[in-house]
Amino acid sequence: MSSNDRGAPYMSPYLAGVGIGVVLLVTYVVMGHGLGVSGALTSVVGTAATSLSNAPVLPAWEGYAASSSRGLLGDWFVVEVIGIVLGGLLSAALAGRLRPDTERGERVTVNRRLVFAVGGGAIMGIGARLAKGCTSGQAITGGSLLSVGSWIFIVAAFAAAYLVAPLVRREWR
Amino acid sequence: MAMNAPLYETGALTGGGALAVALGVGVAFGFFLERAGLGSARKLSAQFRLTDLTVLKVMFTAIVTASLGVFWLSRLGALDLARVYVPETYLLPQLVGGAIFGGGLVIAGLCPGTACVSAATGRFDGVAVIGGLLVGILAYGAMHPIVERLAMATPRGTFTLPQLLGAPHGATVLLVVLTALAAFRGAEWLEARRVVDR
Repeated sequence: MSSNDRGAPYMSPYLAGVGIGVVLLVTYVVMGHGLGVSGALTSVVGTAATSLSNAPVLPAWEGYAASSSRGLLGDWFVVEVIGIVLGGLLSAALAGRLRPDTERGERVTVNRRLVFAVGGGAIMGIGARLAKGCTSGQAITGGSLLSVGSWIFIVAAFAAAYLVAPLVRREWR
Repeated sequence: MAMNAPLYETGALTGGGALAVALGVGVAFGFFLERAGLGSARKLSAQFRLTDLTVLKVMFTAIVTASLGVFWLSRLGALDLARVYVPETYLLPQLVGGAIFGGGLVIAGLCPGTACVSAATGRFDGVAVIGGLLVGILAYGAMHPIVERLAMATPRGTFTLPQLLGAPHGATVLLVVLTALAAFRGAEWLEARRVVDR
């Protein structure tokens, strides 16, 4: 039984992993590619930056700024990420885990937690663009398709996370 | 048996149908992430305090399931593996980018996908991680001219573990399965001797 501060107990991680593996497999069979999240966020940033400033597409946004007549809602990965949000919402609602909250250590202020969240998120954003993917696009998708670069990504990400973890350990006390 | 998948690649699926599939697989992905408890930054980051190894278990079970499925479907002739896009390898960018990503992950407590799930369950720290990701991606776009050489360094194209090891596809998948089983055993052992995570 997993520890859980609210709602129903969590599903077995092995069962959830099989579920995600089957979702990946269905995506390969139907679409011929896997899942991804950071690419969709890049499409959002690229489209916004390009249209707001009316500027030419930066090299970093090429292939990401929405070109379809439907705009961002015609982007496969953007629609998939909207699905992820809806799926998370559905699961949390069914388990009684839907509640406004800022999750943090007992002695950590809300502001401090949010600064770490924004800062860590920004660092991840840079790393994901350099690596051409994140946990979904590189680790799970590329990992299961046996891509060498994706396995390098997995090992490098875990190694760095374990190196940095002792520095931020008190954030969760 | 004729290869008839991937469906989209063989023209059996229209653009609108593809977007419906995107929504469907997204919902299922987000659902299982939340079910496993990965919408919680405390639970996710406990992987790196070695007190709760849910991340490792979910991630490697998903990799094992999908890689076994890909192997058997292509072996049985149902899936044309040559038409499935494998993320291309860039050795140095994925080493450096992966390390930066891992450092950011443990500070944020959530990865991009799980941040979306965390935000969906009402957590403001999840929303903040997504905001940070957008800022980081924007900053990367601005500094792209400076880092472009690094980003495109050591390209290896589609480069897979069977090619690297000179081993058959099936043997490589078996190696991944055995590695995962050993990791699960280690994870259960670590959790059994854990101190309370407070």
